[in-house]
Amino acid sequence: MSTERKPGFNTLAIHAGAQPDPATGARATPIYQTTSFVFDDVEHAAALFNLEVFGNIYTRIGNPTQSVLEERLAALEGGTAGLAVASGHAAQALVFHTLLDPGDEFVAARQLYGGSVNQFTHSFKKCGWEVRWADTTDAESFRAALTPKTKAIFIESIANPGGIITDIAAVSKVAKEAGVPLIVDNTLATPYLTRPIEHGADIIVHSLTKFLGGHGNSIGGAIVDCGTFDWLKSGRYPTLSSPSPSYHGITFAETFGNFAFAIAARALSLRDFGPAISPFNAFLILTGIETLPLRMQRHCDNTLATAEWLTRHPKIAWVNYAGLPGNKFHALAKRYCPNGAGAVFTFGLKGGYDAGIALVSNVKLFSHLANIGDTRSLIIHPASTTHRQLTDEQRTRAGAGDEVVRLSVGLENIDDIIADLDQALTTV
Amino acid sequence: MNHDSYSDAYIRGILVTHRSIAMVGASANPSRPSYYAMKYLKTKGFRVIPVNPGQAGKDILGEKVYASLADIAEPVDIVDIFRNSEAALPITHEAIGLGAKVVWMQIGVRNDEAAKLAEQAGLKVVMNRCPKIEYGRLSGELGWAGVNSRRISNKRPILGTKGLQHRVLREASD
Repeated sequence: MSTERKPGFNTLAIHAGAQPDPATGARATPIYQTTSFVFDDVEHAAALFNLEVFGNIYTRIGNPTQSVLEERLAALEGGTAGLAVASGHAAQALVFHTLLDPGDEFVAARQLYGGSVNQFTHSFKKCGWEVRWADTTDAESFRAALTPKTKAIFIESIANPGGIITDIAAVSKVAKEAGVPLIVDNTLATPYLTRPIEHGADIIVHSLTKFLGGHGNSIGGAIVDCGTFDWLKSGRYPTLSSPSPSYHGITFAETFGNFAFAIAARALSLRDFGPAISPFNAFLILTGIETLPLRMQRHCDNTLATAEWLTRHPKIAWVNYAGLPGNKFHALAKRYCPNGAGAVFTFGLKGGYDAGIALVSNVKLFSHLANIGDTRSLIIHPASTTHRQLTDEQRTRAGAGDEVVRLSVGLENIDDIIADLDQALTTV
Repeated sequence: MNHDSYSDAYIRGILVTHRSIAMVGASANPSRPSYYAMKYLKTKGFRVIPVNPGQAGKDILGEKVYASLADIAEPVDIVDIFRNSEAALPITHEAIGLGAKVVWMQIGVRNDEAAKLAEQAGLKVVMNRCPKIEYGRLSGELGWAGVNSRRISNKRPILGTKGLQHRVLREASD
């Protein structure tokens, strides 16, 4: 296809990264369920290990099924390269391992998926990477949290558990003035709703487990290099801008230009920590991505209808969904995710804690589990489950107070979704 | 000619048609990008002639190094410039004098005056690109590194005749 004509998003979701298999003509991406790949000869092997030529060596580092997924993600996000790994947590760990050294700091929004909060607070601290918290609704709070040791800023585009849309451009301005890369977790939006690179992101992370894979069957994560950060000019990221002791002195930013970050994350961090994605998971996620545009639109349409219905229900105290016209993030939603505000949101039950437990116990269609971004509608009452160990104050600050229920609205008939909530609410 | 972006057909046409490259600024240091590019292009069947006054008379990757383009006795199709943007102008003059078909400037190297000169003399020009990355991108190999090739295709990648993970832009007689 001539590059004079740029393929649309739906076309890229199906085709980017994939060509018919040269050995067999197979049209769908083969599942290369192999740990290793033979070399042509010792010269070829040496060249592969040196990163002098591109190719497959060992599935911990890369795999041809995984490569298709990586290129597809890069294409959909508008980035220069992708790296698929075992989970979203792994993607984040590898990003920070590539960028930060012990003693470095980073600024992160407080309004994040709880798993990221734990990762930053506990495990990253153990690595000597210190988090300083900021308010995702106030770009100036990021500036206030900067210190000479700050090496990155981290936000979510649509913040889990939904309802909050980050003004990415405003935070990007702070990051650029500080000379640090902006990392955006785009999991809840996916590039169908929001493309953070258009608003100044330098690195994007995903939990592929969620809406991209879309079918609740495979854990996976990804890093997308936007190719926008000038590592050489900055000089503060020696992993990228200085000769690498691990690769006989090549300088990643010189050798690999605008996809150096993705290569370094693979050749150094993934190589040494090993959270590799399974080729089978990569295949399932890739297949899910083919219908991303259709699924995300249906998710958003179903969610808006569900949220609207809930606002009219007498047992519901409040609904927090940016797609609703009255919501304080509605204007940001129209700017950053005009096709829809996603499928995840929270609401509060007038009956509080016990009502929350009753609701999740009595749904018959919604699945009570800890996940989001499935074809199936999902429900959870964080206070009695994921956030049970926290104090009341911690729970409230995390947006998981006693009365809060989180939904991830799926692709079932909207009448069935609403009917299930309706009947379950009669029991609370 | 718009030098802010090139069509895949333009780049592919150059890499398939013109198979001898004089690499100006070639380095003997195996960690340098020019060394990587030279090694890769040789595996793809290009004749690569290194030009570097500091290494003249020695060899890089088995190829004799020339002090300047003018010293090269054999036909040169592409002059590949691994020098800065200012140096690209005098090198372009030399390339035209040499009868080269293409002036190719590496990533970060761009000289619009040199480009105009070359095009007026009938040469093709590529700026701010690396032939190694472009070959890898168009052949499909770069995809193995998860890199966005910015193209979609319904055709099978072409396998090289030698080796397993060896994609080519056409069957090369290597």
